[in-house]
Amino acid sequence: MMRIQKTLKNKEALLSIYATAGYPQLNDTVEVLKQLQASGVDMIEIGLPFSDPLADGPTIQESSTTALENGMSTEVLFKQLEGIREHIHIPLIIMGYFNPVLQYGVEAFCQKCQAIGIDGIILPDLPLEIYQREYQDIFERYGLSMIFLITPQTSDERIRAIEAASSSFIYMVSSASTTGKVNGFSDENRAYFKRIADMHLKVPTVVGFGIADAETFQQATAFSKGAIIGSAFIRHLKQHGVEQIASFIHSLKPSHV
Amino acid sequence: MKQVSYHADEQGFYGEFGGAFIPEMLYPNTEELRKSYLEITSRPEFQKEFKALLKDYVGRPTPLFYASRLSEKYQTKIYLKREDLCHTGAHKVNNTIGQILLAKALGKKRIIAETGAGQHGVATATVCALMGIECVVYMGALDIKRQAPNVARMKLLGATVRAAESGSKTLKDATNEAIRDWINNPVDTHYIIGSVVGPHPYPDMVARFQSVISEEIGSQLMEKEGRELPDYVIACVGGGSNAAGIYYHYLDRPEVKLVAVEAAGKGVDSGHSAATSALGKVGIIHGSKTLLMQTGDGQITEPYSISAGLDYPGVGPMHAHLFTSKRAQFISITDEKAMEAGRELAALEGIIPAIETSHAFAVFETLKCKKEDVVVVNLSGRGDKDLQTYIDYFEL
Repeated sequence: MMRIQKTLKNKEALLSIYATAGYPQLNDTVEVLKQLQASGVDMIEIGLPFSDPLADGPTIQESSTTALENGMSTEVLFKQLEGIREHIHIPLIIMGYFNPVLQYGVEAFCQKCQAIGIDGIILPDLPLEIYQREYQDIFERYGLSMIFLITPQTSDERIRAIEAASSSFIYMVSSASTTGKVNGFSDENRAYFKRIADMHLKVPTVVGFGIADAETFQQATAFSKGAIIGSAFIRHLKQHGVEQIASFIHSLKPSHV
Repeated sequence: MKQVSYHADEQGFYGEFGGAFIPEMLYPNTEELRKSYLEITSRPEFQKEFKALLKDYVGRPTPLFYASRLSEKYQTKIYLKREDLCHTGAHKVNNTIGQILLAKALGKKRIIAETGAGQHGVATATVCALMGIECVVYMGALDIKRQAPNVARMKLLGATVRAAESGSKTLKDATNEAIRDWINNPVDTHYIIGSVVGPHPYPDMVARFQSVISEEIGSQLMEKEGRELPDYVIACVGGGSNAAGIYYHYLDRPEVKLVAVEAAGKGVDSGHSAATSALGKVGIIHGSKTLLMQTGDGQITEPYSISAGLDYPGVGPMHAHLFTSKRAQFISITDEKAMEAGRELAALEGIIPAIETSHAFAVFETLKCKKEDVVVVNLSGRGDKDLQTYIDYFEL
């Protein structure tokens, strides 16, 4: 799990990409990871598809549906990721919903993640209180960093509680929205970014939701350690295919060329 | 020793079921409700307005009718709680009246709802028209095609009907879309969930609004039978709101036997069923830990029933707890048995039930009630909306 912390420490304006596992084709997962790393991405969230992804907008939901139709499952993903650390050295995070993890068995899931070399987990529908009461010990035992979300509506008091439970970074949702929704940031967004920056949290924040291009990436990282791009990447992947990943990444962060 | 309670605890858990498994984006929304629903709904002015509307607008109390010919046939005393006589044709409106008043008290300007067959959508559009509040109803694109009359009703009532085009394009996807809308509109919008499902406090809140059903039975039964408690209470269960309402005042009275009737569809093992207690496993759906139908990988599967109101892949957490604790007996009834029971009720009592409700009338042979037993069945909805299904099925 130290991989995430090291990356956060050594990089500025860190770029993290969300990629749905098993998309566009079932066996594209590893190739997508390789291409992302080769194009200079700093961290990757591997999306474990779910039939009913509440926090996601149409783009990611559609990619999840396609991935499931392709035959993706928790079991298949773990199989694909065996030996991944021979190729990929940047931090890998699995982002999914709680039900598939619950069905796999929380401990078995964590064990497998550790064996593969996964660094962190994001499960938006596993709330802080239930995590702390029932699962924190298990995730920590297997060296997995749980990453929590905050939104513009999250109170300072709750942000402090989330900070205390976080070991790598806090996922700062840019606005009250599902993924892939906003276009450009408003003064309101920026005021929120600044409010959080002024809290001087002991773990850094990485902004996600609504980041689609170089401009929004630059705006988001002005107040935070990094930014996560999901829907815009999935759209590009759908249109241009796996071979064109580098051109998308370079358009976001010219310094990585 | 602490007695087992079948009501929700403070965190919204019924035993191991319930809670609020929601993304952080929804936390402020549900938290606002959690903190205020008990306080607001217990205010005297809230209760006064709620009761007045239930009486003068919905038409409550609904009668408790002794079904003599049905009783004769099954050799037991069968009473029908006539929720089918409520305004809009089903019990659903009890909840939407309660929630619209709550939304008003919270200063909300916009209402969203999900609907499967359209009954809850109509009940929501109705109360929004009554209060002059904007209403958006999410409905699966497939269901919009299948339930054209209810879509038209909602439109007449001034609601906007939005098609859920994602996933399987049915009730569960309409629910996902409504939740997404709420994530994107956290401040001015109230989400009226139609059943005892979803994150805390919804299951408890909806059960409380529906509890007027069992509340009325006490004095009605006293008048007719000289006793307050029935021996059996029977209700169909999809998400479970009509069952929660008719069980509510008996939950902690073990001498009252609770019977939950699920839709077996074409048969529990046919692959076309909605019998969640028989086929479901513990999991998370729409923010609640409960029993739900899913693949081994934890993907939520699409249920099937001839009645659109029962084909929900989960069941409310109260019912999951009633099932695992064996407080309620769960019986699943096939499409065929349900349709026959609906036809029988029409022929014997002159009442055409909703097909959801018909399932509850197909259990007498299984239950084997005694002659002196007092049995109350929740006649949760009327069959007007299902006429085409009856016509097609019986080739009328």
